[in-house]
Amino acid sequence: MRNEMTLEFLSVSENESLARVAVAAFISQLNPTMEELTDIKTVVSEAVTNAIIHGYEENPHQKVMLSCAIDGEQIEIIIKDEGKGISNIEEAKEPLFTSKPEWERSGMGFTIMENFMDKVDVTSEPDIGTTIRMMKQLTSTRALCN
Amino acid sequence: MSLRVEFVTKENVLVVRLEGELDHHETSKLRESWRDQLHQNDVDHVVVNLEKLNFMDSSGLGVMLGRYKEVQASGNEMIICSISPEVRRLFDLSGMFKIMRLVGSESYALELLGVASCEMK
Ligand SMILES: Nc1ncnc2c1ncn2[C@@H]1O[C@H](COP(=O)(O)OP(=O)(O)O)[C@@H](O)[C@H]1O
Ligand SMILES: [Mg+2]
Repeated sequence: MRNEMTLEFLSVSENESLARVAVAAFISQLNPTMEELTDIKTVVSEAVTNAIIHGYEENPHQKVMLSCAIDGEQIEIIIKDEGKGISNIEEAKEPLFTSKPEWERSGMGFTIMENFMDKVDVTSEPDIGTTIRMMKQLTSTRALCN
Repeated sequence: MSLRVEFVTKENVLVVRLEGELDHHETSKLRESWRDQLHQNDVDHVVVNLEKLNFMDSSGLGVMLGRYKEVQASGNEMIICSISPEVRRLFDLSGMFKIMRLVGSESYALELLGVASCEMK
């Protein structure tokens, strides 16, 4: 079965939990394991937080766009901002790299996204914005069918 | 589903019990109150009890690392205890336990830090 949802919200940190709870509720129709659900919530939290603090530099009047699609057991999550953009994507993805060490950032966001998901695509352009597209195939439901 | 924080002082140890979800939204408040506790009370070491914390992301890791560095800079210890499987995945992936010590229970962590008895909860 195919299903899809989109959510648009202001770039305020209160919405970080909204975003991950909404995605978790949406994918629960696929009966994910606890671990899969935690992974998905974590990566949504990472990408949305990045949009708010790095993309929009905590300007609370901007918008973050989130969409989630499921197709069979395949999950696709897209998180988009129209903020500052990333000039060097390879550097940004490196474990422990952060452009905001003074804010006690750990620099582990991209590393977590890449480890918890099957695929992470980053599209970004300075002053245009950043789009993160993440894919994950659930294994639990497939195991049940066999 | 926000974060609840409980601070308890046992001799020279500050126990920080976290419950709920720790994300970027919760970090500034947590950081401030944690720092206040470290400065107000005459404590040396820290035990962080994560038994009831069911969600953390990399913003939470940043706060943990920040406090760890402060405690370590003054020559003291910070021990993590009773971590849930959900949060443990994040700690394992980030290599946190290569630098911070993890133990099974709060009472054992306190014992390691030389707190005599902890019958009183
Ligand atoms: N949406 C975004 N817009 C602009 N820059 C970003 C965005 N997401 C990530 N970045 C950049 O990539 C770096 C690494 O991100 P991440 O791995 O999540 O670490 P952290 O958030 O701890 O800095 C950030 O410090 C920032 O410079
Ligand atoms: Mg990040």
